[in-house]
Amino acid sequence: MVKTDVMIEIKDLHVRYGRREVLRGVTLDVYRNEVLGIIGPSQSGKTTLLKVINRTIDSVPGAVVSGTVKVDGEDIRQIKDVYALRRKIGMVAPLPVGLPMTIFDNVAFAPRMAGIRDRRQLEKRVESCLRQAALWDEVKDRLDTLGTKLSGGQQQRLTIARALSHDPEILCLDEFSIAIDPVTTMRIEDVLKELRSRMTIILVTNLVQQARRLADRIAFLFNGQLEEIGSTEVIFSDSPRSRKTYEYVNGVFG
Amino acid sequence: MHKQRRRWEVIAEAAMEVLIRLCGVSAILFILSIFFFVFREGAGFLFGGFDPREFFGSIEWYPTSKTNVRYGALALIAGTASVSLLAMSIAVPFGIGAAIFISEFCGGRLREILKIIIELLAAIPSVVWGFIGLTVMNPIIMRLFDAPIGLNVLNGGIIVALMSSPIIVSISEDALKAVPDTYREAALALGATKWQLIYRVLLPAAKNGLLAAGLLGVGRAVGETMAVLMATGHSINIPHSVMDSVRTLTATIAAELGEAPVHSEHYQVLFIIGILLFSITFVINLTADLVVRGIRGR
Amino acid sequence: MTLLLVAPLVLIVGYIFYQALPILSLDFIFTNPKDGMRSGGIWSPLLGTCYLVLLSLAISTPIGVLAAVFLNEYAKDNWFTRMVNLAVVNLAGVPSIVHALFGLGAFVLFAGLGKSILAASLTLAIMTLPVIIASTKQALAAVPMAFREACWNVGATRWQTIRHVVLPNSINGILTGLILEVAHAAGETAPIMFTGAVFYKAIQEGDLFAYGPFDQCMALSMHLFTISTQVPGVPHALPFGTAIVLLGTVLMVNALSIIVRTRLRARKKW
Repeated sequence: MVKTDVMIEIKDLHVRYGRREVLRGVTLDVYRNEVLGIIGPSQSGKTTLLKVINRTIDSVPGAVVSGTVKVDGEDIRQIKDVYALRRKIGMVAPLPVGLPMTIFDNVAFAPRMAGIRDRRQLEKRVESCLRQAALWDEVKDRLDTLGTKLSGGQQQRLTIARALSHDPEILCLDEFSIAIDPVTTMRIEDVLKELRSRMTIILVTNLVQQARRLADRIAFLFNGQLEEIGSTEVIFSDSPRSRKTYEYVNGVFG
Repeated sequence: MHKQRRRWEVIAEAAMEVLIRLCGVSAILFILSIFFFVFREGAGFLFGGFDPREFFGSIEWYPTSKTNVRYGALALIAGTASVSLLAMSIAVPFGIGAAIFISEFCGGRLREILKIIIELLAAIPSVVWGFIGLTVMNPIIMRLFDAPIGLNVLNGGIIVALMSSPIIVSISEDALKAVPDTYREAALALGATKWQLIYRVLLPAAKNGLLAAGLLGVGRAVGETMAVLMATGHSINIPHSVMDSVRTLTATIAAELGEAPVHSEHYQVLFIIGILLFSITFVINLTADLVVRGIRGR
Repeated sequence: MTLLLVAPLVLIVGYIFYQALPILSLDFIFTNPKDGMRSGGIWSPLLGTCYLVLLSLAISTPIGVLAAVFLNEYAKDNWFTRMVNLAVVNLAGVPSIVHALFGLGAFVLFAGLGKSILAASLTLAIMTLPVIIASTKQALAAVPMAFREACWNVGATRWQTIRHVVLPNSINGILTGLILEVAHAAGETAPIMFTGAVFYKAIQEGDLFAYGPFDQCMALSMHLFTISTQVPGVPHALPFGTAIVLLGTVLMVNALSIIVRTRLRARKKW
């Protein structure tokens, strides 16, 4: 029964970009329907880890991956339809990206690419995704304006709506609050609290307190290695397993 | 969400990607087939009867003579060399000067306008340049130098210089733009004047790009056909001054290919000249590319 | 220095235009050359040039655009890609007269097309190809990488991303590059001289479909060469008129592409 509880299983993952090794033997499990926070200083390999999971690392020139990653029990190296894998995962990049098309088309893009043509079905999905991303009320009257014309915070929520539009089982967020204001950040955090009951969430962040607010468990990546993984309480207690973890979450370095 | 893409969509996409890869390879295919076909047409004579010593060493070019057929291309090579040399000795300083002016002394709006002018200059067709050489430069040279004819190395050199300046300007400007601003600031902070900055800092730093610009200019000049055909006067001899008329390799092909019977010796020799031109420009372009890559590598 | 750059252009265009003035009229455009090309207009060569340009671009555009898509979107950074890029650079440097030799050897003789509009257009197409590849590549590279990543992240395939996001957002840049190639192709002389263009051919005046793909045709650039060097006793204004039509067309097409480009730059979507 253990297997059904593990959504993502990462074993001894190494990633090199040319000579530079950014991930050096990471092993960790992500459980179904948990929020896993991944923290660590910049350059510690957090973003790379996410790119491996949805295999967009394939299009990074010079990247070499070894080790095994299983999503839902399937080894992603041996997967036949990489696009189906990517649809299983919603990915939110650090900087908001409104595609240069209308708001409606932004959210309808993924379902359309997957083959949905029916207008009614698309409209329903766009509305539900925008609602989940707490953007619907602001844009419902102007769905045909360009996504790139929205403000930064709105674009980030649009990005989240797009990430939800293909009905993923896993949602990965990569430092989503880096380019937006604190108020919007809090709103998105509320959105995530709503979503956590329905999907597995991986939250990469360099804001330790954000991880503390949202995550069930926390992984601390340092220099391409997993320094420590444990429940949020343990990581933020006075005695995590690693001295470095204690120093990092208490702001001694990072 | 399940996979719902229609079957024909997936197949069409796969076909499209094959097509894209094929087109990607096409450039290699074309460059090889250019060499192959030009070589093929000239091969028969190249391996039977062609005398490279005569070709490179003699100035006797009598391809249509009944009794004394000679294929000595030395004068044609000298014609190409003299026109290119004169053109480059005008165009390189002028082009690099213009590039320095545009990138270092011009403000936004003027710079945009000058770049547009250069683009328009580059667009003037070769045959129109030749026509200018024929109708504008010719009488001017005749009057200025009291010469019997104004279709000569000087005329062709100036025309080719004007034609190849735009590419020299734009590549030199790219090279100057690639010099980091910190260099400029550092030099000015040390009290260098604008001219010292250009001489001591910018030109050395942009050296490779400028070299590549010059090389590409030479490539243009050597390969230029219509303008030199019309502006240099048809006289096959080694020039002793810029006032002598010459004929270049390119002009010879253009002037004689129409008359040479297909697959005759004469016809094949013209293709051998083509192989020579192709090889020269190939080497020049390859070198320029390596030089430019050198800049990016650093 | 500004003057040195501007003066040649203005002087050249101004002088040719001034000399051509006496002959310029609509009749000049719409009548064939007459009396051994010593009078009449430029209808036949003008139409021939249009055929050559359109047909050659119809051939080189799809190949060039797809090749650029390959280089910018598919190619990995390896020796093969470097070879392709090197081939493009060298193709751009091949002298026009060598293209002419190639066209004669490959299309006219080997492929058996004979001297024809088709053979000349194929020759021109290969000549314009590297420039189309370069300008398209530049337009594609201007589309931010983040757009592509956003598409891949939601499970769009590489081609879907190109088709729905990359191409629609670079089409303007691609088009301005193509417009420039129209001007370039219209001015070329050497490559068509031995592959399809003839000194003289009269066609039905005013008939836009007077040429077929296997016909030989006149061309404006070659006509200018012919009447200014090969035919004695041509009235003074005639070659100037031909030159200004050729030069004017080329420069106007260029200016059009520049205007379109600056306009588009002013209202970008991102």
